[in-house]
Amino acid sequence: MSEQQAEVTTDYEPRIVAFLCKWCSSAGSDLAGVSRIQYPSNATPITVPCSGSVSPMYILSALNKGADGVLVSGCHIGDCHYIEGNFLARRKIHLVKELLGFVGVEPDRFRMSWVSAAEGAKYSQVIKDFVEDLRPLGPQKKLKADRS
Amino acid sequence: MTKKRTGVFVCHCGNNIAATVDVKKVAEVMATEEGVVYSEDYVYMCSDPGQNAVIQSIKDNNLDSVVISCCSPNLHEKTFRDNAKRAGLNSFTCEIANIREQCAWVHKDRNRATEKAIKISRSAVRRAGRDQPLEPIAVPVTRKVLVIGGGIAGIQAALDIANAGLEVILVEKQATIGGHMLQLSETFPTLDCSQCILSPKMVDVSRHPKIKLMTYSEVKEVSGSVGNFRVNILQKPTFVDAELCKICDDCAAVCPVVVPNEFDLGLTARRAIHIPFAQAIPASYTLDESACLGLNPIRCGKCKDVCEVGAINYDMRPQTLIEDVGAIVVATGYDLYGQEHMNELGGGQIDDVLDGLQFERLCSASGATQGHVLRPSDRTVPKEVVFIQCVGSRDPANHCAYCSKICCMYTAKHASLYKHHVPDGRAYVFYIDIRSGGKGYEEFVQRIMEEDEAIYLRGRVSKLYRKDGKIRVLGTDTLTGQNVEIDADMVVLALAMEPSKGTAEIAKTLKIGRDKDGFLAEAHPKLKPVESVTAGIFLAGCAQGPKDIPETVAQAGAAAAKVIGLLSQNTLSHAPTVAFVRNSHCTGCEMCVSACPYNAISLENGKAVVNEVLCEGCGSCSATCLRAAIEVKNATAMQIHEMIEACLA
Repeated sequence: MSEQQAEVTTDYEPRIVAFLCKWCSSAGSDLAGVSRIQYPSNATPITVPCSGSVSPMYILSALNKGADGVLVSGCHIGDCHYIEGNFLARRKIHLVKELLGFVGVEPDRFRMSWVSAAEGAKYSQVIKDFVEDLRPLGPQKKLKADRS
Repeated sequence: MTKKRTGVFVCHCGNNIAATVDVKKVAEVMATEEGVVYSEDYVYMCSDPGQNAVIQSIKDNNLDSVVISCCSPNLHEKTFRDNAKRAGLNSFTCEIANIREQCAWVHKDRNRATEKAIKISRSAVRRAGRDQPLEPIAVPVTRKVLVIGGGIAGIQAALDIANAGLEVILVEKQATIGGHMLQLSETFPTLDCSQCILSPKMVDVSRHPKIKLMTYSEVKEVSGSVGNFRVNILQKPTFVDAELCKICDDCAAVCPVVVPNEFDLGLTARRAIHIPFAQAIPASYTLDESACLGLNPIRCGKCKDVCEVGAINYDMRPQTLIEDVGAIVVATGYDLYGQEHMNELGGGQIDDVLDGLQFERLCSASGATQGHVLRPSDRTVPKEVVFIQCVGSRDPANHCAYCSKICCMYTAKHASLYKHHVPDGRAYVFYIDIRSGGKGYEEFVQRIMEEDEAIYLRGRVSKLYRKDGKIRVLGTDTLTGQNVEIDADMVVLALAMEPSKGTAEIAKTLKIGRDKDGFLAEAHPKLKPVESVTAGIFLAGCAQGPKDIPETVAQAGAAAAKVIGLLSQNTLSHAPTVAFVRNSHCTGCEMCVSACPYNAISLENGKAVVNEVLCEGCGSCSATCLRAAIEVKNATAMQIHEMIEACLA
């Protein structure tokens, strides 16, 4: 059994940084709260003005600081509070995924979702799915700075 | 971290947070964070003693920034920022850590929830550590208002706003204002005539010196922000000069084209040139381009020939008007859920199965039968009429999950109107529950049951079909446990209300959200019921959710009051969390200029310059800049990197 698999079988809990746009996804996560829809506590949210303001540097920074997965969640395409910010975010998906693959990090560690302010249940599902999909990948070490 | 003196205040929110999160531990851990000089927890931080305690701590400890770990910033960010200001702090050095909606309410494991609350709070401490004091930017206000939708909600809002002295542009898609209320025959619970109470208001609108009425028009584009919106309004051609038209009906008399009349929901026919109904505002005929033979004197031209005042002009073209307004009221109303969705009830294919609005037109003195209740199929008087409530409502598996709120009342009204027209007829009402909350509503329903002898059957109808000239109704009476079969002459379905067609489009145009059922979303279900999530855009009427006329009028008045309050100021403050440029880093590459959705960035002397009034602080520019030369104040890359670290520590 490889080292990575060994860790997976123990109580491995992926650590996720979730960038949520202020207008839709953060409000959607609030609605999940108001509706008391339970989901795992693995993701710590950071509210940003717009998904379009999330620089690829933030995603790399999170992986560098030890995140096992990074979520960016914005308004549905066409519904951006800032007109077209989420188009800019969408354009970055492929760029970031390719870059991650190039440096040897599983591209699936980065996920983008569209969650509106009315979709509390969807937000909780996004988190549940992402946590489950990250489990088999095990801890992310490739980009993690040595913090010993 | 910069050298800050930050205070952290962890709220229990009664038991809302404290039941899941160890708030004392959060406060203890925060006390050990770099830059934190004071940390405490309290049962209700937003209460008066809670707020005063924060003020006292700011003064006692000489704090320069505070973090409140509590509920969503949507709820109390303003409360705590105003409070920080009272203590002499700059309000933009107060940050909220949302440990209720995003933590305590969605997790059960106390240890993990506490751990996450610590991360969220620490992250806010780091952001506060680099927060700069900012002052709101003053922007001038356009003291003019756009009201979208000319139903009772839009009419009421427009009148209230105009009566306060502000200019109003009222835009209506149809050829007349009045909306669905105009189609109603009588209104519950007083049974006063709908047109009699609405028409005077419509006339007031048309004569009001402060109201510019634009019918047959649609809002196509909206830009700008609160205080200064710019809107493009498309006015479709009516091909009739409303100033000249004398509504003599000569044109319609000669028009050879006959199409179903949408005002009577297809129960009558109209000509291509028509007036929706006799008291329409504006009082003018409209030539329906899609039905007309061709707007061409060679092909037809009969109406133009016969019009003595020369009001008809085939050369009218669509016009786009650009208007600047300071606030917008959206009152785009509802439509009925289509019969075609109700397969078990005939899917709209069975004759004499009507929807609620069609029955209104049947009862209305100005309607299809001049107020006589007659079967549309053979114009006989129906002796057995079945009314079915909750059609499409309260059915999450197949149709709409919500209660449409008004159907119990209008069905009782329908049964009553029917019995007054046909005293020897029988009215059956199938219902699930009777929801008659409202002043005089319960008494009204009881009166219909007792005095008008409407037969109320508690249960649903499973099937409708035609049999021997009648409509066979198969249902159950769950109070007796019996199956019920009725051979009805007419069936009236109380179909669910849904957002009007075009609601999705207008929500997109205005950048305001919709709820899960497609209605326009209010900023807060209890505390901000008429505000949309976008500042300066307000909601009124059924566009926001099903409601009856009194509630609609009240909400329209509330929206008007909000608008009047907003525009009573000479300047508005614009959030100062806008983009700024580090000149030493900027190379003038113009990447930010093209990324900005507001055209707020320009290039001067080879460097990017931000117009702070136009900038909305979205940060698209900062994510595009390769050199971190442009960033959003109090959301800088340095702050975000430190917040990320705090989330993972």
